[in-house]
Amino acid sequence: MTNELLNELTFFVLAIFVGFEVISKVPTILHTPLMSGTNAIHGIILVGAILIAAGANSRVTIVLGLVAVTLATTNVVGGFVVTDRMLEMFKGRQTARRPADSPAPK
Amino acid sequence: MNTLIALAYLLAAVLFILGLKQLSSPKGARNGNFTAALGMVIALAATVPLLHFTRAGAVVVAIGVVTGTIVGTVGARMVRMTAIPQMVALFNGVGGGAAALVAVAELLKFGVHPPFAEVFPSVFSIVIGSISFAGSMVALAKLQELMTGTPITYPGQQIVNGLLAAAIIGFAIAVLAIASIPFSFLSLLVLALILGVAFVLPIGGADMPVVISLLNACTGLAVAASGFTLNNFALIVAGTLVGASGSLLTKLMSDAMGRSLANVLFGAFGQVHAGVRAVAGGQSRSVRSASAEDLGTLLAYSQRVIIVPGYGLAVAQAQHAARELADVLEKRGVDVEYAIHPVAGRMPGHMNVLLAEANVPYEQLKEMDQVNDDFKNADVALIVGANDVVNPAARSTPGSPIYGMPILNADQAKNVIFMKRSMRPGFAGIDNELMYGPNTVMFFGDAKDSLTKLVSAVKAA
Repeated sequence: MTNELLNELTFFVLAIFVGFEVISKVPTILHTPLMSGTNAIHGIILVGAILIAAGANSRVTIVLGLVAVTLATTNVVGGFVVTDRMLEMFKGRQTARRPADSPAPK
Repeated sequence: MNTLIALAYLLAAVLFILGLKQLSSPKGARNGNFTAALGMVIALAATVPLLHFTRAGAVVVAIGVVTGTIVGTVGARMVRMTAIPQMVALFNGVGGGAAALVAVAELLKFGVHPPFAEVFPSVFSIVIGSISFAGSMVALAKLQELMTGTPITYPGQQIVNGLLAAAIIGFAIAVLAIASIPFSFLSLLVLALILGVAFVLPIGGADMPVVISLLNACTGLAVAASGFTLNNFALIVAGTLVGASGSLLTKLMSDAMGRSLANVLFGAFGQVHAGVRAVAGGQSRSVRSASAEDLGTLLAYSQRVIIVPGYGLAVAQAQHAARELADVLEKRGVDVEYAIHPVAGRMPGHMNVLLAEANVPYEQLKEMDQVNDDFKNADVALIVGANDVVNPAARSTPGSPIYGMPILNADQAKNVIFMKRSMRPGFAGIDNELMYGPNTVMFFGDAKDSLTKLVSAVKAA
């Protein structure tokens, strides 16, 4: 096994543990935004897609690269924007909490 | 230079982890999303020095990035809140598709006998990425109601799926051991696409969130595998993080429905079992319905009202009308709470998001465990477009597909007002005994119109 592969394997295994640990206690209401957020993070495949597409030199690689970059960019941009839109709603909730803390005159 | 790139990737990985951490608490969630996005920007910027552009390559990248940005932004911004689950499915699917295509491009480069350490992750990425792509598209079609949400099953389905999986393993071994030629790995891609469709078809529409979460984790792993092929640490770490956290999240989601993941995936949940239908006794049973005026009076002279929102509220965009009704009731001194089932709507947290948009005070949103004992002291349980989450069959009918799912005890309230568009069964496709209950009154119509009518009726009472 090459050194590089060994390094990669180490990162891989450690990242599994971190991934489990980091979200072990998450309230139900955040399940959807969290799923959407992780969804955006795997858009990092864009890095791979660009690496492939940049060197495109044949019809096949051009088509593959174009589709891959488009799909991956959609994943990244759409993923983060839609997550933000979901979480924007929680802001409304926090401003709504304040008047409730001090009973509003009716 | 390479050291700098590696350090930038490390920074990006740290930002992803911090972002995930923040995303799992309500206070920091929005910042968490920004943190992760910043990590993404850094990882992309750090990749630029690694690129050797051909002329065609530069054009391809530019067109792809611009198109993707437009589609992603417009899609995510324009979509209605109710359709957000579909968008998540779409964005997940395209990520999986991209991972599969990257792996195909890599295999094309290597020639007929690539080293095992390169070809193994590529094959993995093609298979898992394609399954994720096709599966997500079916999930999208089910959620968007482009196709039926009920499970599609046929005799021998498990065997067909098993054979598909076996064929995929066969082709994978062929690519690994014999020759990596376009015919074999493209067959692999096509078979995996078919398996992705076949795998999601028998799963009911109500379970799509769990499926999307699982496919999300799969895409993460496919991305990590691409990282092994490309020797890129950013892909490995970010992909694995998503794979691991996504798997755990999938388990948490199925736990919230009181079911095992295996039951969700292979239980064909929501299929109408002959036995259950027989118990329900056909369509001829009568229900009680009442006028808005009667119900308005009932509500106005109650002490305690619990509102149970569901997907119908989301579809009708009735969250503001619900808030208005709660306001006029509170003005009369009625105690109003909202009972939020963990899987109400089409995604966990769906109702919280919608009601928060209507500025419903946080204190009034009660989770199932907090509120379930209160129903027996409530004068009215007002069910707005919810169905399966209040179906007593989950407690009482062992043959029912939702048997064992924790439900809201709305049936214990002194009166139940069941607001519904029609007598159609809920998303799980099963009849609801509660509609025929002795203290239940049906109020048919669009949730928003009905709530508005109740508001004026309460004002008049």
